[in-house]
Amino acid sequence: MIYDVVILGGGPAGLAAAVEAKNDGAEQVLILERDRELGGILNQCIHNGFGLHTFNEELTGPEYAERYIQKVIDLNIPYMLDTMVLDMHDNGDLKSIHVINEENGYMIIETKAVVLTMGCRERTSGAIGIPGYRPSGVFTAGTAQRFINMEGYMPGKEVVILGSGDIGLIMARRMTLEGAHVQAVCELMPYSNGLVRNIVQCLDDYDIPLKLSHTITFIHGKDRLEGVTVAKVDEKLKVIPGTEEYIPCDTLLLSVGLIPENEITRNAGVVMDNRTNGAIVGELRQTSMPGVFACGNVVHVHDLVDFVSEEAVLAGKGAAKYIKGDLDTEITFTTTNGDGIGYVVPQQVAMKNVEEKVTFYMRVRQVFQDKVVNAYIGDQLIATKKEKKLLPAEMVNFKISKDVLAQYPAGEIRFVVEEAK
Amino acid sequence: MKKDMTCIVCPIGCQMTIEEKADGTYEVTGNTCKRGPKYAINEMTNPTRVIPTTVVIKNAMLPRLPVKTAEPIPKGQIFDAMAVINQVVVEAPVKTGDVVIKDLLGLGIDVVATRTMDKC
Repeated sequence: MIYDVVILGGGPAGLAAAVEAKNDGAEQVLILERDRELGGILNQCIHNGFGLHTFNEELTGPEYAERYIQKVIDLNIPYMLDTMVLDMHDNGDLKSIHVINEENGYMIIETKAVVLTMGCRERTSGAIGIPGYRPSGVFTAGTAQRFINMEGYMPGKEVVILGSGDIGLIMARRMTLEGAHVQAVCELMPYSNGLVRNIVQCLDDYDIPLKLSHTITFIHGKDRLEGVTVAKVDEKLKVIPGTEEYIPCDTLLLSVGLIPENEITRNAGVVMDNRTNGAIVGELRQTSMPGVFACGNVVHVHDLVDFVSEEAVLAGKGAAKYIKGDLDTEITFTTTNGDGIGYVVPQQVAMKNVEEKVTFYMRVRQVFQDKVVNAYIGDQLIATKKEKKLLPAEMVNFKISKDVLAQYPAGEIRFVVEEAK
Repeated sequence: MKKDMTCIVCPIGCQMTIEEKADGTYEVTGNTCKRGPKYAINEMTNPTRVIPTTVVIKNAMLPRLPVKTAEPIPKGQIFDAMAVINQVVVEAPVKTGDVVIKDLLGLGIDVVATRTMDKC
């Protein structure tokens, strides 16, 4: 059997891409999921705040996931659980997906199109190299989240959190609600990497101090964590001697960044972007490999699942167009990040595939007040987005209409942060 | 009474100060739009939160069922609510929206399941 579209991952991106591909005419769609159920990371994100953009209501993670799982069931889209994708090969018109699971053993699945939706994983203590011992009691915030919310284990009682990413903030509240004492959230940067809403509702509500420009310089304890040394850092992120403070604790949670999970993508030879650590994609999330699409956190780390779903719709649409031979491959524009901008997705635009507009997602490098993001082609200013405040934690969502883009034959679209005129 | 707070209505996060006047009205400063004072006054007079948490579930694939208060509850009663919710044990199967606790703390607000869990 040859599939039309095989989707690698049954999290929010995979579910929405599957639904869209099926609705757009792909008949044989298959979702491959390595966990024992669909829904991905949303299953452990039991807090509310999901779906404000997509459904205009505030849902919890499992509720948001269930809405898409129900669509997958209603459309009779098959899925394989407990199934690990090992490898993907491009054989021209067909791709072969090498897969393993307990029921079928090793399989090679052939498909016309693939959507990569493997998501991302957390940076661990090994990745940031904190000096000291390696006792038990050091967890990534997401691991602790899964333990508490799904498995029913409490990781500890006296907690310090390093990194103010959203999962760290959410876990500060979650551990407090379950009776732990969260002593502090330490953030290396002079600003938080989490959403303002989470700082207020997860830290301020429970009087948990947020120590900006602070890091952990030593982990104490040989078998179980006994404490951490926390110190202030200067503008160059160097520890200021004399500012060290010992905080006794039995649990350290790390919320220090997420890495798109792209081993399969890289091995297959898809061209990557070292700014996002994801594939270079076009307006319908097509990658450099014809027939292979990517969306969600595997392309770039999002802060809201609503935008993952939005992006997945593009990839599902693209995959359906591709199998029908309707996907145009002529690249009209490339995008680039100028002053103040860290990255831009998509990196390419094929104008013939554009319906009404292109939404460019980007992140600023630092906090900006009362600035604008300008889009240029050459010296020509083509669009402006005004923002009172630009934060690295909040993805900028810059829409440019087809009519505006169509005035230019080709070129590079450059996004920069500038003074408001 | 005077209180400093960060507005969460939009990502700008204005640092606002709210002060209760002698006549019982409130003065809000630091906001940059009219939604700020509304949020600040609500936070001052009746702050409420939805509580998402878990309860023990038996005979399901996992030992915990995620639940939430169907409506926001007063902020001051969060820990009382947690104490009640943590006593509950349910049996699979459960469907999203099923009532796990009726009329939590006499508030007229139910605690409901936020996912479906089959019996296994």
